[in-house]
Amino acid sequence: MINKTTNQKAWLFVIPVIVLVAFNALIPLMTVVNYSVQDTFGNNLFFWEGTKWFEEVLSSPRFHQSFMRQMAFTGTILLIEIPLGIAVALAMPRKGPWVSVCLILMALPLLIPWNVVGAMWNIFALPDIGLLGYSLNAIGIDYNFTQGPIAAWITTVMMDVWHWTSLVVLLAYAGLVSIPDAYYQAAKIDGASNWAVFWRIQLPKMKRVLTIAILLRFMDSFNIYTEPFVLTGGGPGNTTTFLSIDLVKIALGQFDLGHAGAMSLIYFFIVLLVSWVFYTLMMRNET
Amino acid sequence: MSIELKGVVKTKDAETHIYETNLKLLKGGFNVLLGTTLSGKTTLMRLMAGLEKPTQGEVWFNEENVTGMAVQKRSVSMVYQAFVNYPSHSVYDNIASPLKVAGVSKSEIKKRVESIADLLKLTPMLNRMPAELSGGQQQRTALARALVKNAELVLLDEPLANLDYKLREELRDELPKLFAGSGATVVYATSEPMEALMLGGHTATLHEGRVIQYGETAEIYRSPNNLTSATVFSHPPINTTKVIKKGNELFIQDISCCKIDGGLKNLADGDYILGVRPHHLTPFSTDENAVRVKGVVKVTEISGSDSVIHIIFGDCSWVSESHGIHPYKVGETIDLFMNINQCLLFDVQGDLIPV
Repeated sequence: MINKTTNQKAWLFVIPVIVLVAFNALIPLMTVVNYSVQDTFGNNLFFWEGTKWFEEVLSSPRFHQSFMRQMAFTGTILLIEIPLGIAVALAMPRKGPWVSVCLILMALPLLIPWNVVGAMWNIFALPDIGLLGYSLNAIGIDYNFTQGPIAAWITTVMMDVWHWTSLVVLLAYAGLVSIPDAYYQAAKIDGASNWAVFWRIQLPKMKRVLTIAILLRFMDSFNIYTEPFVLTGGGPGNTTTFLSIDLVKIALGQFDLGHAGAMSLIYFFIVLLVSWVFYTLMMRNET
Repeated sequence: MSIELKGVVKTKDAETHIYETNLKLLKGGFNVLLGTTLSGKTTLMRLMAGLEKPTQGEVWFNEENVTGMAVQKRSVSMVYQAFVNYPSHSVYDNIASPLKVAGVSKSEIKKRVESIADLLKLTPMLNRMPAELSGGQQQRTALARALVKNAELVLLDEPLANLDYKLREELRDELPKLFAGSGATVVYATSEPMEALMLGGHTATLHEGRVIQYGETAEIYRSPNNLTSATVFSHPPINTTKVIKKGNELFIQDISCCKIDGGLKNLADGDYILGVRPHHLTPFSTDENAVRVKGVVKVTEISGSDSVIHIIFGDCSWVSESHGIHPYKVGETIDLFMNINQCLLFDVQGDLIPV
């Protein structure tokens, strides 16, 4: 038998973490759960509603629309950023003085605060004074992101691509440089084409980092708020009102706490579920 | 296929990796490139494969100058220290990959992959992915890929270095047999002298970008043509000391001395360098002509049934390797014995003096 010593002082070491996690995650989440199953009135009056809010959210056309918008946005930026990020990473030098120059250039967009990115692109794209907006109109393209839904979409997607492709580049680059030179030599001796080297060696070897890149970009783009809020405010109309913008409108604009609480939880479970399914599928064959 | 390097030089950014090298490897033989890290083994192999172009000189396969020929056009296969396989292909597809590129028919591929897999004991693993294999199996797969191609030149760049001891010994025994029947010229790079001896065939000793000596492995070991070659081909390192010859006597550091006879007697008087392999320096001797060396024990290492004793002998640091367990204490003064006829004698430039 092992003699176990009992020392209640050990709790002192655990308590800070428990307190931190409680205030950081558990209490806010439980507050949302609390709202989502009750009707909340002033003076802390609560009436039990059960699953009413959840049913309302799930059957609401407004939720469906912002959810579809969100899916379209996330799908679009993933389809652009992942291949573009891999392409840029492949084009970057592997050694020499240009490596650090490229890495710094790549890291720059990631260092800019999100609301600054929104403001930058807003001014950049303004049709009357912005460099992009003015130039496009000057060469005869009718472009106004504050009025045209398509222009607003393209601008939002471009902004996200500009801001976040670097992250994919850096992760893919890290995956690429970790491939031993012997693999390339072996492929050369086999007579494999560049295309075969990409599909058979580079892509499989980048699988892990790309999985992380896709997950991060999926979660971040699903939660995107600041940049489109500053750029378009969700407009024109509702065309760039993504889930989080819609959620804030309901929770703080309309102060519809029950509805917003239920929506938050559904939103949260969608992100969790998609991420889990994706990760499990990608890591199925890994040991 | 015979392969010949004619006056090959390789420089990179003002740094010389390979000094002018002339080397002809025999057709269908097993050749070992023996040298420490950075001695140029890998560069020589890359030059032979065509992965790098020589700065000067030519590479000839048989009677053909292949210096400018692209690597995939040469009949070459290579195995590396790292286990290199296509990560997303099964073992079967990995072994089949060179044949697919070469456009061999499906039924022929199946036949050849299966016979190679059988030879390398990979048959039960054919449907697995490389990540699901042990290190030894991954390297067997890489070897199978090199074998299946029936390349005329097979380059093995320290293929066993990343394997654990047991697997290394097992594969080392199999390797020469595997290639013996194929008719391929095999070049095997290693940094371990013992490995070269066990593999047999021919050996080229390399040192700092130069081929020092090339010939039959046992021959090179027995009579290295100079001190560098002897140093490269000795583990633990060969013991050396300055000796002076006067008449028919040899003085070691002005103290110990011995009589010499035979051809050495005709040698001019003067300074020489004596080389003693560690296993020729033993704690006991029944030979009455044995030379006695008095030294202070620095370290004693016991490995199973052998002892390696490091001693300080005058201003030299010597090593003795002998059978049996001799637990000497550090600081103890002991006598070691050597037979002068087993020693190698070099002139002060380091060239061997033939007996």
